[in-house]
Amino acid sequence: MTTVADIPARSSVDITMRLHGWVTTVDHKRLGIMYIVTGLVFFIVGGIEALLMRWQLFTSDGQVLSGTTFNQMFTMHGTTMIFFVAMPMIFGIANYVVPLMIGARDMAFPRLNAFSFWMSLLGGVLLYGSFFAGGAPDVGWFAYAPLTEYTFARSTATDYWILSLLISGVGTIATAINLSATILALRAPGMALGKLPLFVWMMLIDAFLVLFALPPLTAALVMLLLDRQLGAHFFDVQAGGSALLWQHLFWFFGHPEVYIVALPAFGIISEVIPVFARKVIFGYESVAAASVAIGFISFGVWAHHMFAVGLSPGLDSFFAGASLLIAVPTGIKVFNWLATLYGGRIRFDAPMLFSLGFLGMFVFGGLTGIMLAAAPIDWQFTDSYFVVGHFHYVLFGGTVFGLMAAFYYWWPKMTGRMLGRRLGQWHFWLLLIGFNLTFGPMHVSGLLGMPRRIYTYQAGQGWELWNQLTTIGAVIQGIAMALFILNVLISLRRGELAGDDPWDAWTLEWATTSPPAEYNFETIPEVRSRRPLWDLKHPDDPDWKHE
Amino acid sequence: MTTADSMSPRDWGSASGTAHAEPVFQAGRCGMVAFLASEVAFFGTLIVAYLKYLGADNGELTPANMLHLPTALVNTALLVSSSITIAWAATALARGSHKAACRWLALTVLLGLGFLGVTASEWYDLISRGLTLRTNLFGTTYFTLIGFHAGHVTLGLLAMICLLAILSSQKQVGFLAEPVELVSWYWHFVDGVWIVLLLVVYILGR
Repeated sequence: MTTVADIPARSSVDITMRLHGWVTTVDHKRLGIMYIVTGLVFFIVGGIEALLMRWQLFTSDGQVLSGTTFNQMFTMHGTTMIFFVAMPMIFGIANYVVPLMIGARDMAFPRLNAFSFWMSLLGGVLLYGSFFAGGAPDVGWFAYAPLTEYTFARSTATDYWILSLLISGVGTIATAINLSATILALRAPGMALGKLPLFVWMMLIDAFLVLFALPPLTAALVMLLLDRQLGAHFFDVQAGGSALLWQHLFWFFGHPEVYIVALPAFGIISEVIPVFARKVIFGYESVAAASVAIGFISFGVWAHHMFAVGLSPGLDSFFAGASLLIAVPTGIKVFNWLATLYGGRIRFDAPMLFSLGFLGMFVFGGLTGIMLAAAPIDWQFTDSYFVVGHFHYVLFGGTVFGLMAAFYYWWPKMTGRMLGRRLGQWHFWLLLIGFNLTFGPMHVSGLLGMPRRIYTYQAGQGWELWNQLTTIGAVIQGIAMALFILNVLISLRRGELAGDDPWDAWTLEWATTSPPAEYNFETIPEVRSRRPLWDLKHPDDPDWKHE
Repeated sequence: MTTADSMSPRDWGSASGTAHAEPVFQAGRCGMVAFLASEVAFFGTLIVAYLKYLGADNGELTPANMLHLPTALVNTALLVSSSITIAWAATALARGSHKAACRWLALTVLLGLGFLGVTASEWYDLISRGLTLRTNLFGTTYFTLIGFHAGHVTLGLLAMICLLAILSSQKQVGFLAEPVELVSWYWHFVDGVWIVLLLVVYILGR
């Protein structure tokens, strides 16, 4: 079979043919790579937005950005990072890896898969298209009503924001449909649900979360669009509409969304840690069950984002209790990972370093989360930099570290080449230091009373030092990410050849070539245990005798 | 680019036990169920918004004054019977009687069009009496909720018309059994949503 990549790119015609191959592809691996590249490009853009904000806040009374521009920057940074970095990176990796892990030749609906990707990309393009239509949205990433109503936001920027999220949301829902059908229907013979790799388990739960959390956002966005364009009154306070309804609907999506971007990271490190500790995951069943529990509870905690509204003591107590409850299954999983590490022969390659970084940073973010889940403490900290520090520990320390582990772990499979080990270590340590220097001091500036989303502050409040540390940390993170890009470019040109199975791993994606052929597997594998490759490598002592 | 010859077929264990029973999960069905699950969440949100603003308006333009239960009951009759006819279409196709499937599907489309016609006349009446999306919270939530449902009916009709076109132009139609079944699931769902709307909007909400 001749693939497009076999054709040498000598003339512009060849390049056009290669491009055509990528644009028209329905192959889950190519779509996965396009998702990941999309995510990385937006990651750079969102990172530049963050650096601009940090430049502005480096000194008191900064003059770098105007108030309006600053508002646009934090809106674009938040929206970009959640919807156009975390989501495409996650679904890109899932797209690439899930069919391989379950021994399938593609996703269940390949054309729907391509549709999802192009919808996501169109959403991102629309979001940034707002710049060319008179300015970016400046309503914040959770876009509280009535600020988003036509009365207060007259430019088309907010409409771009709405359409961008609506369209990429349709793509995301379609991906969730595709993933759940793929995982349920296309498993290799013998791969019962109890033998699924844990990353696939997490993506299955993730898909269910998307199916029930994204549509309420879609509905809320439609209502907002009707308000703005056709004069409806859903969130129009002057005509009796309710600003609070938006908050409920948004966070009913928004909190499960945290788990939508966190669960895949749980799945990634549940794959990486056993392979790099040379042990079976400790308590497979409890990792899966705890994640199902997290999925369910995540739909009952949304109003902990709204304690400051003053709902009622009863409601506040309910949502505080439910939020604290989530710590239990999350804690179970942390102990699973620690117990897997215990006594293992640990290899400190980049995927493992990022997984260990994930463990430390995510636990720290979880602990400040427990603080914020208590309503009375939240009343003190709400809308301060403490909250910003907290959720960056969860979303950056959790999701991004997890995604980086995935990137280093599966890159050899995707490209056939290894990423540089030394550069990977430099990337990890610089990112870890820069990350803590950025988001650690935010807790302090928050405790000192600095509100989030202010574009400048006066001297003499004791905030300068903490803001300067934060900005220096952000620059270090920028350098770390530049090293990462360098590593990727070097690996693409002259990286060490990886072979089929560079990590001596146990799941099915390592049973085929790197990169896999278009059809993934020449013969569809038979599965008898959770570690089919272990069985293959050790016919004398296969896992299925013990499971 | 790696080619297939570097990949050796692997011995995946015992040769016995390779015969597989019919899988419990089929991709098309799983996909449709997942899609309908997301639709439940979507309509659930619109219904929550409707209930939230129920009774919030002053003046004449309220559900009690504007809505007409018999019209809604006619619509219910149309949609429920169309659910039955599409089920018959799916069974007919599964039995292999091509002609009967076409007839039942065509009847389903007619019943669906009838539903849209009744809804259109109802909307014409409401709008001419001064109720629009802009008028008040009832107008806002009512037209959004009923409008999205009618939009789903329209999509279902388009799907059925496509199926009809393929059905009537092909000789071998075995491959259509699954699509017809899945569209029938969608149609039952749209029907189910209508029953909920009948209760929420036309009976309890008045």
